[in-house]
Amino acid sequence: MSEETLQRENKLEGVGASRKRKEDARFIRGQGSYVDDIKLPGMLFGAIVRSPYAHARIKSIDKSKALKVPGVVAVLTADDLKPVNLHWMPTLGSDVQAVLADKKVWFQLQEVAFVLATDRYTAADGAEAVEVDYEELPAVVDPRKALAADAPVIREDIADKDNVGHGPRTHPNHIFTWEAGDKAGTDAVFASAAVTVREEILNPRVHPCPLETCGCVASFDKVRGQLTVYMTSQAPHLVRTVVAMLSGIPESKIRIVGGDIGGGFGNKVPVYPGYVAAIVASIVTGVPVKWIESRIDNISTTGFARDYHGIGELAADSNGRIKALRFSALADHGAFNAHVSATKLPAGLFSICTGSYDIPKAYCRVDAVYTNKAPGGVAYRCSLRVTEAVYLIERMIDVLAQKVGVDKAEIRRRNFVKPEQFPYTTALGWTLDSGNYHVALDKVLKAVDYDGLRAEQAAKRASGQLMGIGISTFTEIVGAGPTKVCDILGIGLFDSCDIRVNPTGSAIARLGTMSQGQGHATTYAQIIATELGLPSEEIQIEEGDTDKAPYGAGTWGSRSTPVGGAAAARAARKIKDKAKKIAAHLLEVGERDLEWDVDRFRVKGNPAAAKTMKEIAMAAHTSNLPDGMEKGLDATEYYDPPNMTFPFGAYVCVVDIDKYTGETKVRRFYALDDCGTRINPMIIEGQIHGGLTEAFAVAMGQAVPFDDNGNHLGNSLMDYFLPTSVETPKWETDFTVTPSPHHPIGAKGVAESPHVGGIPCFTNAVVDAFAHLGVTHMDMPHTSFRVWQHCKSLGVNKR
Amino acid sequence: MIPRPFEYHAPQTLPDALGLLRQFGDEAKLLAGGHSLLPMMKLRFAQPGHLIDLGGIAELKGIRQDGNSLLIGAMTTENEIIWSQLLQTKCPLLVEGARQISDPQVRYKGTIGGDIAHGDPGNDHPALMLALAASFALRGAGGERVVPADGFFIGTYETAMKPDEIMTQVRIPVPAQGAGYCYAKLKRKTGDFAAAAAAVVLHLKGGRVQEVRIALTNVGPTPLRATEAEALLRGNRPDDAIILQAARLAMSVCAPSADQRGDAEYKTAMAGEMTIRALTTARQRAA
Ligand SMILES: Cc1cc2nc3c(=O)[nH]c(=O)nc-3n(C[C@H](O)[C@H](O)[C@H](O)COP(=O)(O)OP(=O)(O)OC[C@H]3O[C@@H](n4cnc5c(N)ncnc54)[C@H](O)[C@@H]3O)c2cc1C
Repeated sequence: MSEETLQRENKLEGVGASRKRKEDARFIRGQGSYVDDIKLPGMLFGAIVRSPYAHARIKSIDKSKALKVPGVVAVLTADDLKPVNLHWMPTLGSDVQAVLADKKVWFQLQEVAFVLATDRYTAADGAEAVEVDYEELPAVVDPRKALAADAPVIREDIADKDNVGHGPRTHPNHIFTWEAGDKAGTDAVFASAAVTVREEILNPRVHPCPLETCGCVASFDKVRGQLTVYMTSQAPHLVRTVVAMLSGIPESKIRIVGGDIGGGFGNKVPVYPGYVAAIVASIVTGVPVKWIESRIDNISTTGFARDYHGIGELAADSNGRIKALRFSALADHGAFNAHVSATKLPAGLFSICTGSYDIPKAYCRVDAVYTNKAPGGVAYRCSLRVTEAVYLIERMIDVLAQKVGVDKAEIRRRNFVKPEQFPYTTALGWTLDSGNYHVALDKVLKAVDYDGLRAEQAAKRASGQLMGIGISTFTEIVGAGPTKVCDILGIGLFDSCDIRVNPTGSAIARLGTMSQGQGHATTYAQIIATELGLPSEEIQIEEGDTDKAPYGAGTWGSRSTPVGGAAAARAARKIKDKAKKIAAHLLEVGERDLEWDVDRFRVKGNPAAAKTMKEIAMAAHTSNLPDGMEKGLDATEYYDPPNMTFPFGAYVCVVDIDKYTGETKVRRFYALDDCGTRINPMIIEGQIHGGLTEAFAVAMGQAVPFDDNGNHLGNSLMDYFLPTSVETPKWETDFTVTPSPHHPIGAKGVAESPHVGGIPCFTNAVVDAFAHLGVTHMDMPHTSFRVWQHCKSLGVNKR
Repeated sequence: MIPRPFEYHAPQTLPDALGLLRQFGDEAKLLAGGHSLLPMMKLRFAQPGHLIDLGGIAELKGIRQDGNSLLIGAMTTENEIIWSQLLQTKCPLLVEGARQISDPQVRYKGTIGGDIAHGDPGNDHPALMLALAASFALRGAGGERVVPADGFFIGTYETAMKPDEIMTQVRIPVPAQGAGYCYAKLKRKTGDFAAAAAAVVLHLKGGRVQEVRIALTNVGPTPLRATEAEALLRGNRPDDAIILQAARLAMSVCAPSADQRGDAEYKTAMAGEMTIRALTTARQRAA
């Protein structure tokens, strides 16, 4: 490429440029606009009365004292929502959920009443004055006891239903059983295998805990019959559809506005009772109603993640070549199945559990049950149930390595899907699009001097010190998804982009996704810039306002680049096709005589005869167009991906454990990610830092603990672990590039990989520190307390 | 997370503050940095009808030396302690302790008086005060009295202070030249209270322990003096073996309650571990 061409290309700041985030200028000046910044004239404030019990009958609710508090306007209970049929709402998991407790409470801090007042202080006073008389019932807290014959029935409302959307139920507390793979064939391999390993592996209940909690401002205009809801949603269009279904208001009269969102991580996909209560309250009163969650409410009641009690089994030959995999999980979905799953995938993408390995036979099964805990099961910085799946396989391959006595890096090499096997269809039916696993692992091992680390570890062990080396070579599955397998409430998980190029060659693009900090305004513009040869600086990106953006399923499951980004590229290509016709017309040559050159079409063999995209944009708005051609330079694309994308990576973590306090120090964490084509390396690095930090949080400290009665034991930030910059390890990042063959620009999605791949890496490192003592597994979180208990039970920390 | 309604008062003098305290009695709470009181009010555990802000009273601030005493105004913030040249040279243990309190935000607002007066066994200053043999000046309707830290902490959120008293000053005898010291604190993360911590002041003479004070944080309803451990060490060379024995004695006074930081067994063991580490560091630092 000539210097001049290179200069023109650099000016575009397109794909590959570490362009500074467009969003940050307003965020670092405090000029973001979050939902709690919205203040509308006459706005009322809602506060929720919550249950102190995990399971109880409501004998009576007395509103009278609350209604006497000056400034309290109304107190809504289930009985008030009944006439409009909004006391229950459908969940994303094919179940129903009480908006306000209907005769019973099913989990601690459940929504019982909604107090409307003139300001949030009065609303809180009113909420305290509502008197609820409860009769406590025995609670089911441990999912392993949910299916006992004498277990208390949690959901009496559906006790007689033999199916709640996902097949037959065997017990009133049973939700579904889901299976994939070849059970008989897998069992047969296990029966005759040289080596088998089995481990019980828990992914404890955690919470995504975004910095901004959930909230909304609902504003119903009685005269126009229009409802506007400003809210913290990762999927505004889906929310609009749900609200239309619930309220009976035509979808065209409902507007959901996303605004700036302070992190979502899956927590902001579902529709919560607070939103519905605020919407109903606004419809009833005709004035705007704001509802904002507190931190404790957020951790306690909205969208938890995980709570998968897994069992991993591998069968292998004596060299550690895996012959079969058998994984199962008991899933605690809480009191309502508000699991955010595609209709046909009740256990999400759990069947990606064969990981990066060539495993001939596999079978997996998930049994989901009700307990007296908050509903949910959201995908915390991952595609649904991928963290659980990857955690199981990345743990189990270590367990196998220890059993057969093969090095933990070597056993991975022996089992990797080989480059020439791609596209590779797994025993559980996914077709991995592309990968180059050996190269990635070897690059990382070399970078960290793996052999040197193992030698150091041997020396440390000899002197009684605990040092662990963890490896994770994961494959993710992101970009839901092909509509033939992926829908929510019947709506396919395609996504969309609508681009309009202005006469002067700037453009605006609107998408159905919704940024919560991912930097879409920056990266989407880069994709379009490269496709269209227009500077990214002049391409405006808008998302999240359903009146403006085309329909899409939102941002979660790393789907924005794989689906929204693809839609952007393809919409741009439609524009480029039209531009080419215009260029040919203006240059008076045939289209076949033209070639693309960064930002212009030029005549082959005569580079001076060219039309830049800017010139073409202007021409598109004049009369000088080919005969019969429509004016303008716009295009819309609804993109239905042919397959998911499969980013992968190789991570190494080195830990030193203080056996006298149980503290684990992460000495080194080296993360190589392959997300295919890299749109903005700086944003990728930021996403990886964030994802690794959340992986560190989950592995080392996060859990939502309960006592035997279902009472929360650690639901504020005093106990719930959000690492600060002091605790967070230093991250070293690296990459390889293996483009996705089916994505228009070869990109795969990256933000979830570090979370999904990071968690097992930390655990593998901690367990590895004890491997010489015969330890094969330790459950998360690896808090100092728990690690110390482990040291003590092994007798290694006597003074 | 929204407190009950309350009246806010901002007296500018100590007599005014005492007057308000007398006037509103049980209804009133003194407000210092607010980092213990306000969270309790937001959770509606505390519901005072009147808040008397001590922030405007100049005489409650400041750090100075008077003869053999360091005098620290009750309203002195953690950061002011950390930044104090005087304390850095004369009482580095207090600086080391204050640095480990919570996070920078809390340290900008939280005060030494509030930290002590709150009577929270999780707070760090109480054990530091025991180790430093501090005393507190309390001003009430009947005038001033000075009470030693030993015996001041009665139970969780319970001190020897009367409801109509205001703590005005913390008085610390200047530790002898060459005294070893250490505050060893184990916490889960920045911003956390101690799982267990040990404060140590150690005077050596001719390689033997002339005087030692050991106090423990968050392993009982109050901060605890490990007096038997101190007695064991006095007059002896502080070698590893005796330090280990002292730590065992320190553990024997612990009665922690279980929480998410750990169970009683772990916290007791950590009190022992922190005692070992604090004594070992103090030995190193002692001249
Ligand atoms: C997240 C978090 C973490 C924390 N971690 C730690 C920690 O690790 N270690 C630690 O030591 N502390 C910790 N704290 C507590 C913090 O240090 C508080 O600031 C301190 O306990 C109280 O001091 P204050 O000035 O904020 O007092 P306030 O909260 O204003 O008052 C506390 C109590 O003392 C009374 N009071 C205050 N001043 C006086 C006075 N002069 N005379 C009489 N009574 C008075 C008040 O009436 C009130 O009852 C933490 C706090 C938070 C929010």
